[in-house]
Amino acid sequence: MNTLVKVLKYQSKDAARSRWLIAYAAFFMLVSEVLLRFSSDPMKVQLSLVSVVLFLVPLVSIVFGTVYLCNAREFIELLLAQPINRRQMYGGLYLGLTLPLVLAFVCGLGTPFLFHGSDAPAYGTLAWLLTAGVVLTCVFTAVASLIAIRCEDRLRGLGAAIGVWMLLTVVYDGFVLFVLAAFSSHPLERATLGLMMANPIDIARVSLLLRFDGAAMMGYTGAVFLDFFGKGYGMALTAAALALWVLLPLTFGMRAFERKDF
Amino acid sequence: MPDARGGVALLTALASLALGASPGRAQREQPSRATLIVDVSPDGPVRTIRAALSLVARGGTVLVHPGTYRDTTIVVDVPVRIVGDGDAILDGEGKRQIMTITSDSVMVRGLHFENVGVAFTEDLAAIKVIRASSCEIRDNRIDNAFFGIYLQEASACIVAGNELRAEHVRDAMSGNGIHLWHSRDITIAQNHITGHRDGIYFEFTREAHVHGNVSTDNLRYGLHFMYSDSCDYEGNTFRHNGAGVAVMYSHRVQMAENRFEGNRGSSAYGLLLKEIADSRLERNSFIDNTAGLVADGATRLVAEHNQFVNNGWALRLQASTEDAQFTGNDFAGNTFDVATNSRSSSSIFRGNYWSAYDGYDRNHDGVGDVPYSPVRLASVVVAQTEPALILLRSNFLYLLDAAERVIPALTPETLMDTSPAMRWVQ
Repeated sequence: MNTLVKVLKYQSKDAARSRWLIAYAAFFMLVSEVLLRFSSDPMKVQLSLVSVVLFLVPLVSIVFGTVYLCNAREFIELLLAQPINRRQMYGGLYLGLTLPLVLAFVCGLGTPFLFHGSDAPAYGTLAWLLTAGVVLTCVFTAVASLIAIRCEDRLRGLGAAIGVWMLLTVVYDGFVLFVLAAFSSHPLERATLGLMMANPIDIARVSLLLRFDGAAMMGYTGAVFLDFFGKGYGMALTAAALALWVLLPLTFGMRAFERKDF
Repeated sequence: MPDARGGVALLTALASLALGASPGRAQREQPSRATLIVDVSPDGPVRTIRAALSLVARGGTVLVHPGTYRDTTIVVDVPVRIVGDGDAILDGEGKRQIMTITSDSVMVRGLHFENVGVAFTEDLAAIKVIRASSCEIRDNRIDNAFFGIYLQEASACIVAGNELRAEHVRDAMSGNGIHLWHSRDITIAQNHITGHRDGIYFEFTREAHVHGNVSTDNLRYGLHFMYSDSCDYEGNTFRHNGAGVAVMYSHRVQMAENRFEGNRGSSAYGLLLKEIADSRLERNSFIDNTAGLVADGATRLVAEHNQFVNNGWALRLQASTEDAQFTGNDFAGNTFDVATNSRSSSSIFRGNYWSAYDGYDRNHDGVGDVPYSPVRLASVVVAQTEPALILLRSNFLYLLDAAERVIPALTPETLMDTSPAMRWVQ
């Protein structure tokens, strides 16, 4: 455990000094501040932020994560010259990358809301928005660590990162729409839910949809989705799917890291 | 009180003098038909309203004092005023209709009706008016009724200030709050109706004036009418009803300053206009509904200065709606502004405010320079493949939408606002 904490401490200090991370926090702060200044309704501001969060958080987490870990290769090799537990070191690397990103995101997006003040329901949805962003960060840094371990070349790593992001953020939804259109004569509500569970961005998006577009979601098939996510087992399934999205890449990455010959 | 009684006695004497021309006949029919004010109380000389009705003079008053009255159905067949003095409760014990009015010029005021019987073959009501005119039903409270106030072939009546409260659970076991059938020239104002099947229901009614009513939490519709021409609705609130408000097969309907709020559900809407010709919607608010306004065959509809805020679908415009005009309305914060089921539309949109509008206004005259097409690709996709609703706000749909805006292939080309307002109209 000691190793994990030590690596985590060093890594997060190092990452927090990164200009990119500061720019990331400043960007969210700027966007929410500007939106709050131009709109009186904090709910509308959050609705605009939903798209920004769903687009930017996975992109930054995976690209920044991959590049940062690829750059840390020499540091890793140096540490591995010492007799230390590789598992713990991997955990330290992952958390040292994730925590600064999470902190930058939460502070950047949240501060302007605290500063402007709003009512209880707005804070409720803000909590959902922040949670979605935090979970997406955890998922995509886990994927980034896996990519960084598997790719020797930094450029290839970057390519893979952007590829995964494109796949999950655009291509996958296109595929889902294609499936829905192709089998439109079948009852597809449950299948659609299954398809959503397979993509972390979709899970985050749908759980935010239910908070922000409640009126539309009450209509037609929307009611089925609302029913699913409103119930205990739906929530449990969602949480489980997201946990898998963090744990699977982490396990694979850790295994690769343990066996890797630097 | 003794003075009043003395007065009554004097009046009775006078009345019998006046009837003196044929004293024998008057004696034979109803000796005491001449009492102008008859008091009813649980422990007085007259203990039921039925008994009082046989005593009171035409145009006289039955004053009902506090207490609970359990009697067979009261049939009012003479023109009288029945007025509650304090908490006068008429209990139907869940078995029967409470009052049937068959005479013209009857007034019922300030009574408290409760527990009307439920029947499947008969529409039992707290107050039923049958083939009468000039009735006035005011300031009553009606609790737990099957049907509340039921007007059958009535005319020139006023139903105002009543409070109807029921707790029905199932559609089939419940009746309507205020029910009009084959009636004309009826005013329905300032009533509160909650928990019935339909809050207010009209069929074959003409020239009804519905003002300032609040109809909430009813099982089916807040207001429901069919085949009822030339009616106007102003300043009513319809909230949290099972399916909202449905108006069908009527002409020349005027609706102004009504609020349609929080009607949510898989088949719920704020207002459904089905086969409604030559009607006007002005200054209404549609807030927080699954679908705000559904126009299905609303020919020559004129909608001006309405607000559509935070609805799932602000406006569902079916292809069957021809030559509708939407002018100066506000569309803000809706998931979809307009959805339609055809690529061509003969409806005109002009000078509306759209919160989703992203055009510009170079000469600052408050009118956007670029036309706005309120039908988004997402709403077309969802209309064709309903489960695709779950892809809402996904980057993929944004991408498609952007492409569609450049080269429209699926969205209706003619349905657009050529002069969108830059700011809220209201």
